[in-house]
Amino acid sequence: MKRSIAKYFNSYTDAAPLAVFRIGFGLLMLASIIRFYLNGWIEKLYITPKFHFSYYGFEWVKPLGDFTYLLFIVCGTAAFFVAIGYKYRIAIITFFLSFTYIELMDKTTYLNHYYFISILSFLLIFLPAHAYFSFDAWKNSGKAFQKIPRWCTDSIKLLLAMVYFYAGLAKLNSDWLFNAMPLKIWLPSKYDLPYLGDLMQQEWVPYAFSWSGMLYDLLIPFLLLYKRTRFVAFLAVIVFHVLTRVLFPIGMFPYIMIISALIFFSPKVHHQILNKISFWFNINKVKFDNNLLLNKSRNRKAVISIISVFFLVQLLLPWRYLLYPNELFWTEEGYRFSWRVMLMEKAGYAEFKVVDAESGKRFYVNNSDFLTPFQEKQMSFQPDFILQYAHFLADHFRKDGHSNIEVYVESYVGLNGRKSKSYISADVNLLNFDDSFKHKTFILPFYDEIKGF
Amino acid sequence: MIRISKILLIATLVFTACSTKDDGQDTAGTDGGGDTNSFDRGAMLENWADNIIVPAFSNFKSSTQQLEDLTVAFTADPTEENLIALKSQFESSYIDFQTVAMFDLGKAEELSYRRFLNTYPLAASEVENKIESGSYNLELPSSFKEQGFPALDYLLNGIGNANAEIVAKYSSENYRNYLLDVSKRINSLTAEVNASWQGDYRDTFVSNISSSSTGSVDKFTNKYIMYYETFLRSGKIGYPAGAFTGNPSPINVEAYYSSDLSKKLYVQSLKTTQDFFNGKYFNTSQTGKSYKQYLEFLERGDLANDIISQFNTINSQAANLDDSFKSQVETNNTLMLVAFDELQKEVVLLKLDMVQALSISINYVDSDGD
Repeated sequence: MKRSIAKYFNSYTDAAPLAVFRIGFGLLMLASIIRFYLNGWIEKLYITPKFHFSYYGFEWVKPLGDFTYLLFIVCGTAAFFVAIGYKYRIAIITFFLSFTYIELMDKTTYLNHYYFISILSFLLIFLPAHAYFSFDAWKNSGKAFQKIPRWCTDSIKLLLAMVYFYAGLAKLNSDWLFNAMPLKIWLPSKYDLPYLGDLMQQEWVPYAFSWSGMLYDLLIPFLLLYKRTRFVAFLAVIVFHVLTRVLFPIGMFPYIMIISALIFFSPKVHHQILNKISFWFNINKVKFDNNLLLNKSRNRKAVISIISVFFLVQLLLPWRYLLYPNELFWTEEGYRFSWRVMLMEKAGYAEFKVVDAESGKRFYVNNSDFLTPFQEKQMSFQPDFILQYAHFLADHFRKDGHSNIEVYVESYVGLNGRKSKSYISADVNLLNFDDSFKHKTFILPFYDEIKGF
Repeated sequence: MIRISKILLIATLVFTACSTKDDGQDTAGTDGGGDTNSFDRGAMLENWADNIIVPAFSNFKSSTQQLEDLTVAFTADPTEENLIALKSQFESSYIDFQTVAMFDLGKAEELSYRRFLNTYPLAASEVENKIESGSYNLELPSSFKEQGFPALDYLLNGIGNANAEIVAKYSSENYRNYLLDVSKRINSLTAEVNASWQGDYRDTFVSNISSSSTGSVDKFTNKYIMYYETFLRSGKIGYPAGAFTGNPSPINVEAYYSSDLSKKLYVQSLKTTQDFFNGKYFNTSQTGKSYKQYLEFLERGDLANDIISQFNTINSQAANLDDSFKSQVETNNTLMLVAFDELQKEVVLLKLDMVQALSISINYVDSDGD
């Protein structure tokens, strides 16, 4: 066993797939950043709001006013440098830090996709993605290698496989499989899609989509790994992601997954891709084809340990919800960072009451005075948002000269087509609680059951 | 490799073709009727426009014309008799206004129609200043609080105790001019909005069946819920009852200077939102497609019933309220707060449950989802 592990870590593979991955990743990230800017989202999501919802422990990460634009420029530039493989190590570290900083600024915008990008770029810091077909390798032949350790490409495959597989596991629940929720709500509202609009009205369609989506997520990693099914699996990847792109507003993610899935193909395919690129840009690709092995570097042991810990954390994190009581979908304690994608149609209504404990005087808060509609939407069904907002309101009104403040919320949440129910105890002063990883006792019970993961 | 690159190319094309959907305006045509399995949003929009909105505006237009005519008559000959006639027309026009107030779309939205016609409480001292100086421009947004029905209410009921006393005020030309200008402006703004519905806007509204946030159904549903929450629940009941502050505030009552109009306005506004939910035609008992039918189609008849029964609860609670909300607030505010609580329950049903069931977004940023 030990010997086979050692043997594995001493086996080598062609560097072309990782190089293609680096180029695709860098360019798509650059495109994402530009798209984000062109959609006016930097302004809308990070400059306009007066208040930002922080991640627990990352309260110090805040938008930088107009310098936020600079942050995006840095991030986009770093992505471009990653793509061309110029000063790769610095570029990918800069990308990881700036991108992650952007995501940490406001959890309102949390998406599993963004988290995926963050951890993927973290992983890429430790991989020799610039060893082949990069500016770095071109300029310094001492850094150019055509063969890299096998675990380098395999670790990306493993991460992709984990994302899919966990996303599939999360779909094994009674709402998704037996009630076809939330697709039963979402699909019929796409009545005006050309060709597909009428189909989306059929009762069996959400069920078919739910089940095939679940099977797709669970099986696709294996079908991509297995050589004989790989090509068909790749077709499935394209069809699946095109369909999600057509049906739902999910931005760049489908492109990223399709390009990422290429890494499962053999080096031959990647050499052909690189030949094409070389032809377009008049690059002498032969210069990279030196057949050299990337030898053991001094800190190899450290790198492998870091990556092992990284994967261990990734493996365990989605299960942390088991440590909390009550229904996960209802409390969302342990919901994020777990590849739970498109599982819920959830919305809430939250009205905050500020009370002067001594005089008994009270008033209600107009949420739109402090939050953007998007923030208000996200806040109204997530308990950590509600709590953080309550504390913000207290601080705000204390500054306004109010004293003895207590903050209460009357809130309702509807989940996957169930009638809305009270969400937070209306008679609990939220200021008595601080955010933490502990279970939030002020969340009312779900009064229903969702079986499964 | 060649196969893969071809497939990638096709995929890119499909993406690009589908990405144009982002812009919302997708005019695939109103062909939803062929398939009995799909709910015809186009037919719902037609019902809204042709059987509810257009007739309501057309009725209101005659009403404001009548209001202007009687104002002209009164200012030409300020007698008690003419005042009584004008007052009674004012009441019925104000009630008629409740049947169109929530349709803040197109021309009405562009003109800030509702704000010009019904921003209250009135800035009464400002109105007096302007009358005294005789110089004012009612088209300025800064004059929202100095015109419309609240100004008429003041000028016909608030400037004296008895009719004779009020009539006496109109010996001043400045009072006559201001009253006439307010009345004319109500009528001319209404004429503009009505004309747009009689003209192109009806088709614009009905043909925009897109499912995106720019489609008519999404856009109007946002308006409908905002009207219910902000203007009906908060404006007519919440603010006067001090539901948000704990301090009742009679000056916030709609039609503050009239003795018994505020409840009538509330009841009419409530009836309009309820009838709209049910798809009931304006002024007839027939019904067509609206939210109720849409929910039933989506197998959420349970929710439709909850909403209807909550409307009934609100209505029967309203029967306990005094004709004058001013005296209700001053004598027994608890009943007003009960009314508020019942209205609030409906907000949750409409804004949360119904919107979720219909998969409509509430003015959200168009950001990506998972």
